[in-house]
Amino acid sequence: MKYLYFPGCSLKGTGKAYEESLLAVFGALGVELQELEDWNCCGATAYMSVDETKSYALAGRILALAERERLDVVAPCSACYLVLNKTQKSLQEHPELHRKVTGALQAAGLDYKGTVKVRHPLDVLMNDVGLDAIKQKITSPMAGHKFAPYYGCQIVRPYATFDDQHNPVTMDQILQASGAECVEYPHKTRCCGGSLTGTVPEVGLRLAYILIKEAKQRGAEAIVTVCPLCQFNLDGYQDAIAKKYERVDLPILYFTQILGLALGLPAADLGFKRGIISAEAVLAGR
Amino acid sequence: MPLEQKLKYEAERDVKFANWVTRETGGENLRHCIQCGVCSATCPLSLYMDYTPRRLINLAREGFKKEVLSSLTIWLCASCYACRVECPKKIQVTDIMYLLKRRAIQEGVYPRHFPIPVLAKEFGRMIFLFGRVNETLLVIDLFLRTNWFRFLGMTRLGMNLMRTGRMSFIPEQIKRKRELRKILAALDAEEQKESAL
Ligand code: SF4
Ligand code: SF4
Repeated sequence: MKYLYFPGCSLKGTGKAYEESLLAVFGALGVELQELEDWNCCGATAYMSVDETKSYALAGRILALAERERLDVVAPCSACYLVLNKTQKSLQEHPELHRKVTGALQAAGLDYKGTVKVRHPLDVLMNDVGLDAIKQKITSPMAGHKFAPYYGCQIVRPYATFDDQHNPVTMDQILQASGAECVEYPHKTRCCGGSLTGTVPEVGLRLAYILIKEAKQRGAEAIVTVCPLCQFNLDGYQDAIAKKYERVDLPILYFTQILGLALGLPAADLGFKRGIISAEAVLAGR
Repeated sequence: MPLEQKLKYEAERDVKFANWVTRETGGENLRHCIQCGVCSATCPLSLYMDYTPRRLINLAREGFKKEVLSSLTIWLCASCYACRVECPKKIQVTDIMYLLKRRAIQEGVYPRHFPIPVLAKEFGRMIFLFGRVNETLLVIDLFLRTNWFRFLGMTRLGMNLMRTGRMSFIPEQIKRKRELRKILAALDAEEQKESAL
């Protein structure tokens, strides 16, 4: 099994722990990831507010580079995952946009056909690797641990590509296969506030606080997420939340970190030291 | 007490603006809105907005350009798409927010010192320069441009990120920046051709 890997800016920056744990887990499961050569930023949500056509062209370059390799692209960051999917859809639906974007790409010697498949790591794990194959490789199950599975917005909205839009379950299933328990978490797809935590803290901090508090009340010892921006918001701003509301102290982890532990990988290879809120309790005895 | 006009008049409408919205990507079926309010009910930010999403949609399609473009609502929208997936008339509320943000930036009417438009523009500038975005530099730049006072309050977060090795002051760059610039230049040329028409 081999895929192209599009990390995006976050996984090389504040979301390093996601990259580290993802590469370790895929390696352990025998899935090869080849990093897309000379990839650029996808534009995320921010650039779409400045220039529509250029946003699509940025994503178009990524897709055109990927097409050359004839492999599915794995995009672990929720923002990248949505941008790439949305670009393919919008170019398909709007001929004028398609003409402009493909024309500009051609001016730079790039060919866009819209043929590449954009995949999320959860999708690959569930549908290509398979739960049974994963279960067979679990050597140190996370028995006794309880987590709140948090999906955030952009992998289920607006397109639900591989999971239920209102009640996604793929991450629950992977955490359960790792031997852990998932608490009932009704906020699993509620927005974390995106960049508002930094730009308008009086609003953003409250959204983050609600998510953390709810998970704690439900008895979770950590929130487990799939998105580097969610992780950053919920983990990085807990000091600010403590000042404004109350101290909650809940570790915010990536699903690949938990799966990695269950696969018997050493915590040191899974980016645990990068959490601002320490995950000692999760690591106890490991 | 200064008197303030509370009702809107027919004469204040800019019908051209409303028509423009329906021609942009995502705005096509704006007029199908039945004002049910599901978008406002679903939106996690609506309680902070000056106009709820439902009201904003109504103002936009009636052509109240000034209210819409200078609203905080469009900048508080976090693009979570909750409204869009619940809307019974399949109105692409999120994309309408996007197209209004673009127009507000173009016309320079966004709220001053409200950092989100600044962030959006800075993000774009960084992509043109390097092809990639360095979050650390982006945040520093943002605070210096808007409210460097608040930046001081963020030093704790900065130190935490430093301690955990998640900060970097060296911009990541792509190799073929010329390729990227060619793409953008081609789009600029296209745009000029269009506006000359
Ligand atoms: S949910 Fe849709 S139809 Fe209802 S008010 Fe909002 S935009 Fe209009
Ligand atoms: S996309 Fe924007 S307007 Fe719609 S629910 Fe989310 S924050 Fe609210």
